[in-house]
Amino acid sequence: MSTHDWPLWEVFVRSRRGLSHTHAGSLHAPDAEMALRNARDLYTRRSEGISIWVVPSAAISASSPDEKDSFFDPAADKPYRHPTFYEIPEGVKHL
Amino acid sequence: MTATVSAEAALALGDDALVLSHRLGEWAGHAPVLEEEVALANIALDLLGQARVLLSQVGDEDELAYLREERAFRNLQLVEQPNGDFAHTIARQLYFSTYQHLLYGELAAGGGEFTALAAKAVKEVEYHRDHAEQWTLRLGDGTEESHGRMQRACEALWRFTGEMFQPVPGLELNWTDLEARWTTSVTSVLDRATLTVPEGPRTGAWAAGAGRQGLHTESFGRMLAEMQHLHRSHPGASW
Amino acid sequence: MTGVTATATAAAGTDASSLAVFDAAVAADERIEPRDWMPEAYRSSLVRQMAQHAHSEIIGMQPEANWITRAPSLRRKAILMAKVQDEAGHGLYLYSAAETLGTGRDELLDKLHSGRQKYSSIFNYPTLTWADVGAIGWLVDGAAITNQVPLCRCSYGPYARAMVRICKEESFHQRQGYELLLTLSKGTPEQHAMAQDAVNRWWWPSLMMFGPPDDESAHSAQSMTWKIKRHSNDELRQRFVDIAVGQAEGLGLTLPDPELRWNEERGHHDFGEIDWTEFWEVLKGNGPCNEQRITQRRRAHEEGAWVRDAAAAYATKQQTTHQATQQTQPAQQATAAAAQHPNGEATA
Repeated sequence: MSTHDWPLWEVFVRSRRGLSHTHAGSLHAPDAEMALRNARDLYTRRSEGISIWVVPSAAISASSPDEKDSFFDPAADKPYRHPTFYEIPEGVKHL
Repeated sequence: MTATVSAEAALALGDDALVLSHRLGEWAGHAPVLEEEVALANIALDLLGQARVLLSQVGDEDELAYLREERAFRNLQLVEQPNGDFAHTIARQLYFSTYQHLLYGELAAGGGEFTALAAKAVKEVEYHRDHAEQWTLRLGDGTEESHGRMQRACEALWRFTGEMFQPVPGLELNWTDLEARWTTSVTSVLDRATLTVPEGPRTGAWAAGAGRQGLHTESFGRMLAEMQHLHRSHPGASW
Repeated sequence: MTGVTATATAAAGTDASSLAVFDAAVAADERIEPRDWMPEAYRSSLVRQMAQHAHSEIIGMQPEANWITRAPSLRRKAILMAKVQDEAGHGLYLYSAAETLGTGRDELLDKLHSGRQKYSSIFNYPTLTWADVGAIGWLVDGAAITNQVPLCRCSYGPYARAMVRICKEESFHQRQGYELLLTLSKGTPEQHAMAQDAVNRWWWPSLMMFGPPDDESAHSAQSMTWKIKRHSNDELRQRFVDIAVGQAEGLGLTLPDPELRWNEERGHHDFGEIDWTEFWEVLKGNGPCNEQRITQRRRAHEEGAWVRDAAAAYATKQQTTHQATQQTQPAQQATAAAAQHPNGEATA
């Protein structure tokens, strides 16, 4: 008996039209078809979704916490990307 | 209980759903993998929901479920067959959900009194059929062991499939056509699963349509004894 | 193990700055995520707790599933099936959460089956009558919820998120149990007696669910510092007793403790001494159902092996066929396949 585990899949659920798919959790399945079905049974038992994506967990590349500083800190000193950076005379509307 | 023709049909379809739901409920805590616990329970709950709607059209759902004797049940013998191994359960699911899918599809389009129920149920049953198909493919074309088990299961239950196409009074359907479509669909799944379509007889030596007339197999009596004992032990009590 | 669950800590080592970052995050009530550096003891403590929690959900299906085939009305049968199914689902959420720390489900199940990891002792008691289903819902789920609500703020992100989902779904579990008992209590004299008997048998084991007294609890102090745990065993037990007293009155049932009474000074109910000998005995494996529960779980797993193997073999064959045909056909990648919910489009 080969007890090799079924691979792990990450599940993303769109809860209703107009919203993105959001990570719901993970599960095991032998292949993509069964992963979709298992995801439907597990993550939409209470009408939580209208569309599902499943992705093999192994296929996801994640940024590393070690790179956190070089990845995300440089964005912090660019306040000119945000509208609150700019002064607008009082009374000017729709801007 | 009104003995109209449609009541007979509601009982037949309702008992099918009730009994199969009960059998699937027996899997709880025993499924081959946790994901399948959830899947089988979903199917059982869908079926129980259908049963409750149908039985309520005839009378009090609990009186009908818990106080009828074995000979008064109108379900197919197929659905009362014990779970056996997972392959037997899947073969039973494939045979029955294919039938139920075709049947509800017809009823949903037919404009009769079962239209509303059938329109909802056909979506549920479509998923049940797909679940059975997926597993039939995997067990049939999986390992040597699973192939053997699935083939044996398909053969063991084959003789209960003829009964499904005995006309049910109150359901105006082309039963011959239904049977032909069922055979095509099941054959296609079995072929793709590298399984051989059984060649044995589709009905036993008894009269065809036995379950619909209240003739059941031995294990059904024990199933009902378990299902009904608590309710019957407290006559008139509310739960 | 996998891309998202990779144990990045192996390389990081236990340098002081990593520990300082971790401590600061916990102190600031931030969540620790799978790839963050964490002390080895924090990791193993979490895996142990999440695994035990997951095992409890899975073993906990058995005492209730024991009554699915005998549920006395179709309404109750539907409710019970849905509840037992939820428990399987909750087990899955928790195994997923545990897997983010790099321990696969197979390994965790193996530890459960071989007795190296535990599940909640409460499930080693038998369900002898239908009223036990109600008592489990009211008392056992009630105690579990008291324990679990604070876990929604647990410092480990995946665990906290799983708990949020579980707590939301479990809110019906306790209510259905209470409603079930209320119906029995107001029913025939036999039904009332059945309800009282069930409460008598489940009350003390429910109090034991909060674990040993604070001064004897092996893991408590460290778990509180790490904010895996937010309240002490005794604190939660007291909270549960205070709530249950009023609920029992509402049921018209009594709690089997002659020493149970309101203490004005403490602002809490005093209650009798718990039989800790029984607690430790059941924990050691000498409860009424320890053997039976594990045997059934192991059998289900072993008897399911050929099914899991079949599906894995099929997937391998399909992949080989897919790769062979890919050279001739335009690759339409299907790893992220989308499905429409067959139960209709619930557009709000």
